[in-house]
Amino acid sequence: MFRKISQKLILIVSATAIIIIGVYSYFNIKSQSDVLLAEVERHANQLSETIKNSTRYGMLLNQREHIHEIINTIGKDRAINDIRILNKEGEIIYSTRIDDVGKMLNKQAESCYACHAENRPLERLAMKDRTRIFRANPDSSRILGIINPIYNEKSCYEADCHAHPKSAKVLGVLDVTISLADVEQQIRQNEISELIFAIISITAIGFIIGFFVKRWVDSPVKELIKATDQVATGNLSYAIKDLSKDELGALGSSFNKMIKKLDETSQQLYQSTKMASLGQLAAGVAHEINNPLTGVLTYSSYLLKRTKDNPQMQEDLNVIVRETMRSREIVKGLLDFARQSTPKKSLIDINEIINRATAVVNNQLKLNKINLVKEFDSALPKITADANQIQQVFLNLFVNAIDAIGQKTGTIDVKTSQISLSPKGITQIKSAICPKTHSLIDVEHKIGGMSSLRVKIRSNGNEGFIHIDPIYGSHRHYFGISLDKANDLNLSCPICDLTLIDRNNKCPICNGPVYKIQIPNQGYLEGCASFKDDWQKWDLIDRAGEKKFIKLDVSDTGCGIPPENIGKIFEPFFSTKGQRGTGLGLSVIWGIIDTHNGTISVQSEVGKGTTFSIRLPRTDLIRNI
Amino acid sequence: MKEHFNILIIDDEEVVISSIAKIAASERFSVDSVSDATKALQKISLINFDIIICDIMLPGMDGFQFLAMLESKRIDTPVIMTTGYSTIENAVKSLYSGAIDFIPKPFTVDEITSAIHRGIKFSNLMKLRKANNDSVIIVPCPAKYFQLGYSSWMNKEHNGSVLIGATDFFMKTLDQIKKIEMLNINDALTQAAPAVKFECEDGLVHQLFSVISGTIIAKNERLEKEPELLEKDPYFDGWIYRIIPTELDYEMKLLIPSSSDRS
Repeated sequence: MFRKISQKLILIVSATAIIIIGVYSYFNIKSQSDVLLAEVERHANQLSETIKNSTRYGMLLNQREHIHEIINTIGKDRAINDIRILNKEGEIIYSTRIDDVGKMLNKQAESCYACHAENRPLERLAMKDRTRIFRANPDSSRILGIINPIYNEKSCYEADCHAHPKSAKVLGVLDVTISLADVEQQIRQNEISELIFAIISITAIGFIIGFFVKRWVDSPVKELIKATDQVATGNLSYAIKDLSKDELGALGSSFNKMIKKLDETSQQLYQSTKMASLGQLAAGVAHEINNPLTGVLTYSSYLLKRTKDNPQMQEDLNVIVRETMRSREIVKGLLDFARQSTPKKSLIDINEIINRATAVVNNQLKLNKINLVKEFDSALPKITADANQIQQVFLNLFVNAIDAIGQKTGTIDVKTSQISLSPKGITQIKSAICPKTHSLIDVEHKIGGMSSLRVKIRSNGNEGFIHIDPIYGSHRHYFGISLDKANDLNLSCPICDLTLIDRNNKCPICNGPVYKIQIPNQGYLEGCASFKDDWQKWDLIDRAGEKKFIKLDVSDTGCGIPPENIGKIFEPFFSTKGQRGTGLGLSVIWGIIDTHNGTISVQSEVGKGTTFSIRLPRTDLIRNI
Repeated sequence: MKEHFNILIIDDEEVVISSIAKIAASERFSVDSVSDATKALQKISLINFDIIICDIMLPGMDGFQFLAMLESKRIDTPVIMTTGYSTIENAVKSLYSGAIDFIPKPFTVDEITSAIHRGIKFSNLMKLRKANNDSVIIVPCPAKYFQLGYSSWMNKEHNGSVLIGATDFFMKTLDQIKKIEMLNINDALTQAAPAVKFECEDGLVHQLFSVISGTIIAKNERLEKEPELLEKDPYFDGWIYRIIPTELDYEMKLLIPSSSDRS
């Protein structure tokens, strides 16, 4: 019971409504009935005054018939219960009910009590005290009575009849009683309509709250529960539809995002597990096959040795040995495939590797009616690289290009060339140390996607850090503090605080201080420490002269990459292919090119196509010195 | 003629044991075999073996754990590792962990025979060294050299190239060299893969593992005419290749520095 939010909400809102409407109705009815009663009271008072005034003359003249007439006429009004005039002794002398005339009333009777309480003498009373509400008998409706004392006046005690002495203050009492049946009915009707109003309002509130709670809370929550159940049973492609714009909608949309991410991650996990288990399978197969092959190879080669005098047998056995050796190579290849992690570098011809990669995708190119144009530099020198990895790079690039072109026909252009570049602006500083061999490389702060060099700077009493651009000759430094023009500054190691300033040298441009940072095994990097100019020198690299590269371009006429995605394409798990891709292709390419000390860049225009440019060093002597 | 030699084979494959046993028998070596490393350790504590041929993938304790157990028990019987999972990593790890040799399965009669012969010579040299109270009969590698197992060495030159060669210990496990067969310039070398073939007077063919991976830029042509240089001056004039290494930093982690007291 009341386990649902909607039910709880309806319950609490209805209860509040009942309380509010109940209290409101109570006071409303009370004030209404008060007003009505007051009105009746005023009316009764008026009436009683009117009767008193109308009968005044009759009384003075002692015209009893006339007074009777007046009282009876007025008393015919349906609302008037009865009109009585009592004399001082309590005897009813006039009444609309003839039977009552002559009856004596006890002073304790309800009409007399107000004045005669505690046997006080009659005095002037406020209207409130002259009225009374009572029931003639328990079943009848209430009656409002008002007494109006008839005071002694000069004209009374001087009248001819001399009926009243001058000393009497009150001569009698006019008592008018009015039935409250109408008023009560009115009040009851009000009560009923209030009740109806309350019921209708509460029901309406219940329904309205119910409807909107159902719409805004119940349904989205139900949908969320359904989605969670779906996900729990493994349906990761489920998405919540018709999201509202409120908090539950936001919850739903982040749920959708979460599931999408979960889906992607599980796909990637699946892919990598697939690769891993493929590797394990290959390893297992290799291991299992190698054992029986050992038997075959040793026994056959043993026989070959033992049958040197039997040429026919030697020939046959040689076939067995040769073919077993071949099997051995096949299994070795399988193992090499399974173990892709460590690169196996050798001197390779890139053109040939690209040809191998194109052979793999040839069928797909034909199916998609894609024209592959090769612009090879036939004099391309061989470079040291892992043939399988480079082939994988081109395979991935081709597959991406084919996907980008899609169903429409297009062209993939693959070009190889040689270039020479000044070492400035292309050489990455991959390691740097202070004189105490603390590494200055900061992997946290990247400039242009590469770890920067972090040094401490002290200038004019301020202390901070500078992140030096890791590309030699490039000056996208990041300054943690604002630099003054003062030459009084010091650069030091953030760990040991040992200075990096070379006191024996001055910047050839500004004559300011110069920093000198050791690049392990690759000499020293020098530069203007005040950063007023861009002077930088890396002697060992400069002396090596222009660096020779092999440039490899793969262009397609596909859909292109939107500018907002360009920065993300080399990130692992970034994919626009949804479930078809792992999002690892380009990051793997990036990793391979990086381990080959190369660079990869991309230019793309949406709708026109994309070009990936790879630069591989022709020699990586420098790195290993 | 031949001395009596005792070989222990540890392998969970019957056919491998019988294959090695057959070859060993033809060389008149006596062979004992067990199917796992625990049993092998029990056997070693009872019988003295000259060499052990051990598979890497074994039920229970694997080959590497077995090598570690031998080291902790200070048993210096030479071990030849063999496996069907013949990756470069396994080869390098075996040699780094103290095995004297690594023979990938499947092997030919010649391959296993030459390995056993080298192992026996190695065993004899060790015994001799012990008997002579460690007097210098084996020329150790010069300082700053690095070794792959006990057999091949490398030395970084100042210009970034690396010289590689065979250790004196390895040369002493071979018979008189009749012919040396080298790879060509520009050929690629892979760590722990065969780099040189030695044909010896006793008819056996031995292969020397490359100490690191790289591309050959020069080879010592003098060796082809005077292979005795290898024995006379193994660390200087007897160099074999000059190479440009490809993965030096990574591969050097599994090499043994010559200053180490491990031989």
